[in-house]
Amino acid sequence: MGAGHHHHIYRPGDTVVHRLPPQCKLPAVLGFAVVVVATPREMFAAFAGYALILAGVAAAARVPPWFVLRRMAVELPFVVFALALPVIGLGERVSFAGMSLSLEGLWAAWNILVKATLGVVASILLAATTEPRMLLLGAQRLRVPPLLVQIAMFMLRYMDVILDEMRRMRIARESRGFTARDVRHIPVIARSAGALFIRSYERGERVHLAMLSRGYGGSMPMISDLSASWRQWMLAGLLPVLALLVLGVL
Amino acid sequence: MNAVETPAGETPSLEVSRLAYAYPDGTQALYGVDLRIGRGERVALLGPNGAGKTTLVMHLNGILTAGHGTVSVAGLPVRPGTLKEIRRRVGLVFQDPDDQLFMPTVREDVAFGPANLGMRGDELARRVEDALARVGMLEAIDRPPHHLSFGQRRRVAVATVLAMEPEILVLDEPSSNLDPASRRELAEILRSLEVTVLMVTHDLPYAMELCERSLILSGGVIAADGPTRELLADPALLAEHRLELPYGFAVPAPGVPGV
Repeated sequence: MGAGHHHHIYRPGDTVVHRLPPQCKLPAVLGFAVVVVATPREMFAAFAGYALILAGVAAAARVPPWFVLRRMAVELPFVVFALALPVIGLGERVSFAGMSLSLEGLWAAWNILVKATLGVVASILLAATTEPRMLLLGAQRLRVPPLLVQIAMFMLRYMDVILDEMRRMRIARESRGFTARDVRHIPVIARSAGALFIRSYERGERVHLAMLSRGYGGSMPMISDLSASWRQWMLAGLLPVLALLVLGVL
Repeated sequence: MNAVETPAGETPSLEVSRLAYAYPDGTQALYGVDLRIGRGERVALLGPNGAGKTTLVMHLNGILTAGHGTVSVAGLPVRPGTLKEIRRRVGLVFQDPDDQLFMPTVREDVAFGPANLGMRGDELARRVEDALARVGMLEAIDRPPHHLSFGQRRRVAVATVLAMEPEILVLDEPSSNLDPASRRELAEILRSLEVTVLMVTHDLPYAMELCERSLILSGGVIAADGPTRELLADPALLAEHRLELPYGFAVPAPGVPGV
């Protein structure tokens, strides 16, 4: 039961950043990302400034650098794409270490890498200091369509249940001598995936019945009191405002 | 409200009369069920798999609507206009607690029902804590349900409906998948609640332990209704409805303490 409590990106703590209400942190990170994306790619100093701001947030939240680095793996696909650009790009070329690279491609790669990295680090810091369910409550507070919030909430709750079901199905397959070795085994896996889908769908129906039984009328009642003071809003607002200042000054 | 009065002059907690139901594909599941449960009674609904137990339960809070016949809870008939109140009065505890506990934390889950009734703030918090205390799970209030043991989850599932202060608690196979200790703990909790209980099960010793009275649902009708002890002491009756006592179990003689 309870397969894995080990995929936590949330890092419990009680710092200023942790205590900020989620509905303040979400727009702050979003605003920061917008400023980063809007920065012209030639402004190296501005990007250094943004990195410093994030380092400051990480220090305030007591999130160690290795924690952020390990979780930056999500960015890898973009990195691969970005690294390909100088090779396949067109236009004026420069030669570097025996390779002929496109100047335009290099700029594009730098642009993608630096902006994606800053955005990913900002999101990691958000996720590391905010419980997933608080993030959703914050989103609900910010008037994100309730249906989307509910879907995300159920995903959060049933992820472990479904993974556990998947694990049991794998064990059942393997107990009867099946191991996936080559392509000929794909149909078996595909059928298991289909069965898992049906089971999850049926569970969804039962959960809906359980919700109806307790008076569900289409919207989740707001239970937690998530009020934010104007000081908390100001504090969270520092992140995009500082970034904007960096952009303006440099 | 045109409630039927019991001989004692009191409105029964649950009254089902001539309830029939066929599934949309034409399979007839219930053929005219009559039953009446008085306030404060604990009654077991026994029956083999496929007898229509779950179908009957789904009618009690209006998830399925009767093809024929009526269901009323404390005098209020189940019909589209009364569903909200009916669902407050009938607390359904599902067989798989993972179906019942769908919120991220135990607190939010127990609060879901009363919050849907419009309760907020301190009153809501008190209701939640009270319900959890009644099932002995108050210390788990801030934990996510999937980190609890199966027995604990079932107890929290009972708390989620207790928080709605139901007229009648309906439990679907309450003892399934429980280890003996959790099974005993749940029995103690159920016995301590002052609420009408309808327990759907084919765990005959558990029915014996908790319920004075039992009904046997078989072939879509109530085939027997009487004191649990008498029904379980009648091997011919049990055999006729595909019910069996576990190996080595004997119905204790009347007057044995603990029953």
